[in-house]
Amino acid sequence: MNAVRAPLDVVATPRVTLAHGGGGRAMRDLIQRVLLPAFDNPLLAPLEDQARIPLADLAALGNRLAFTTDTYVVSPIEFPGGDIGKLAVCGTVNDLAMAGAQPLYLSCGFVLEEGLELSELTKVVRSMARAARDAGVSIVTGDTKVVERGAADRIFINTAGIGVIAQGTDISATRATPGDVVIVNGTLGDHGVAILLARNELALDAAVESDCQPLHGLVAAMLAACPDLHCLRDATRGGIATVLNEFASSSNVCIRIREAEVPLDETVRGACEILGLDPLYLANEGKLVAVVPRDSADTVLASMRAHPAGRSTAIVGEVTSAPAGSVILSTAFGGDRIVDMLVGEQLPRIC
Amino acid sequence: MRFADEFRDPQKARTLVTEIERLAAPLAAARGRPLQIMEVCGGHTHTIFRYGLKNMLPSDTLEFVHGPGCPVCVLPMGRVDDCVSLARRPNVIFTTFGDAMRVPGSHGSLLQAKAEGADVRMVYSPLDALKIARDHPDREVVFFALGFETTMPSTALTVLQARRDGQRNFSLFCNHITIIPTIKAILDSPQLTLDGFLGPGHVSMVIGTSPYRFIAERYRRPIVIAGFEPLDVLHSLWMLLKQLSERRCEVENQYQRIVPEGGNSPALAAVAEVFELREFFEWRGLGSIDHSGVRMRAAFADFDAERKFQLPNAQIADPKSCQCGEVLKGVIKPQQCKVFGTACTPDRPLGALMVSTEGACAAYYQFGRIDIRRPRVAEATV
Repeated sequence: MNAVRAPLDVVATPRVTLAHGGGGRAMRDLIQRVLLPAFDNPLLAPLEDQARIPLADLAALGNRLAFTTDTYVVSPIEFPGGDIGKLAVCGTVNDLAMAGAQPLYLSCGFVLEEGLELSELTKVVRSMARAARDAGVSIVTGDTKVVERGAADRIFINTAGIGVIAQGTDISATRATPGDVVIVNGTLGDHGVAILLARNELALDAAVESDCQPLHGLVAAMLAACPDLHCLRDATRGGIATVLNEFASSSNVCIRIREAEVPLDETVRGACEILGLDPLYLANEGKLVAVVPRDSADTVLASMRAHPAGRSTAIVGEVTSAPAGSVILSTAFGGDRIVDMLVGEQLPRIC
Repeated sequence: MRFADEFRDPQKARTLVTEIERLAAPLAAARGRPLQIMEVCGGHTHTIFRYGLKNMLPSDTLEFVHGPGCPVCVLPMGRVDDCVSLARRPNVIFTTFGDAMRVPGSHGSLLQAKAEGADVRMVYSPLDALKIARDHPDREVVFFALGFETTMPSTALTVLQARRDGQRNFSLFCNHITIIPTIKAILDSPQLTLDGFLGPGHVSMVIGTSPYRFIAERYRRPIVIAGFEPLDVLHSLWMLLKQLSERRCEVENQYQRIVPEGGNSPALAAVAEVFELREFFEWRGLGSIDHSGVRMRAAFADFDAERKFQLPNAQIADPKSCQCGEVLKGVIKPQQCKVFGTACTPDRPLGALMVSTEGACAAYYQFGRIDIRRPRVAEATV
């Protein structure tokens, strides 16, 4: 029966073929019909092999360039709250934002699996374009490769991004100082659980949406409230546990957090209970951990809660001196324990 | 959250901790050493560390000895090698619970075999493995069955289902083990200093409470079958100390909401239909223990990977430097092992206790290797 139906499918659904990555006519068609209309901007339009960005425009915004890259392989490519396209824009925007940079330009490299439906690709591209527009960044250069069926899983995306850091901003994992407070901008683990549920491998049904969102607007509001933010990092793979360990180790301090203050969605908490997952290690795609001088904590907190990406912001702990290099959790039950770096992979292909 | 928060009430915890401290002090003083309590089950080890119980309790009068109840941890290297050899067969899909993937054999772990091209798939239940067998009729699907009596019934029911369905391409590599002979082996150890046991909750849900009577009657040690929430563990500990104070040795059941005195008879019937005791089974760190494992009955030979495939079945000695056995018996603490945190870490586990978060060494490494106990401050009166 399949043998009869298969050819009909091929006619009905145009798919990516090896020719689309071959540099010839099919590839030009793909660029002209799918990519250009979506990403449309003056730096991309000339279709040179590189985007040419006037230095003067950059220099007007600050004195340092921030430059980052990330590759997105999430499975499934669509999930509640986002898709691989939105993720590929927000993730890189957030990596820039964590330096306090204003994100400006992204590149975009696709690795497509032969046989991917063109409609699927178009959907992802449009989602990227929408996310870029919402974040105020332009996708100014790109590349497309097609590999044989089975050599990749549908679609992988690499984005690199540049942004500019204003003079005076000095955010670094080395700056956590005893007395500082630790802030997160909302519920943790939403992305990790949303992906896990979207895979349908577990007989669990719950409404959890990924928190995938750009954070540079929130960071700008925080910097306006306190130009001297000490540390900032988005808590993606490995969750806040990993970020806090990086801060504690780079700054040679101890970070103590209080379990009772850590914001968690009740459904996410329930899923963690059932599956034996620790929400501190779960991935987020729209959450940051900030270390802020104590005397600015209240103003930063207020500025974050006033921003749409920070409505449920909470102070979850503070920086102390000893034991240096460690993260300690005061459990809601009344005990203390170490929160260590994750060993191995909790969930593969989460972003 | 209902059914979770009521078992994690910090106020009740403080009351129990105070009572436990009060009971433990004279008992430890009489012995001239801290009381040694073994929690048999890895789930309890996890609770003790996860909720910071260890740091709430008095360390000078009370010590936890982390028992053998982590099935992943006690798996000998030879059995892991058999898994890897099965997984490497070109026609085999090898299915396993996730935490068994990282257990090191003498030629690497299942995770490494997967990276080298073996078709190893993580499942959450043996029924998932059976479904994979249905979906891939041209492949041989082997399920790596392991665990104590807790997981035995679900494996047994899956085999019965496979037989009903005539699912010829499905088999079990059976590594199920039983807890009672192992507790007995620990009690027979000449170095034994244990004062009492927290009994395994979910094993007991299947086997009931009577199989533990010999611990109280023959070995004169109290045992309390305990639940897995932190208040369960504290409550059970309090019950245990109460027995010790009153010089009683009984089997008590704290986990009554789950554990029926007589166990679960349909589950036991399924287990008895599919499995029979082995003469002996090899445990990592503990050596060979008589009647401590089960294999599939001859009637289920078609579903038995050990009969269906040629396995190397080699006996591999534990690494010499590894002191898992002494840790399991409570003779030394994890951090007293010669290779703890140096040659043996969760990233590169040498001994099995370092593999799973339910293993004593991994738990110590992850949660307990730095002393974070807060200095006791006299409570100010307001």
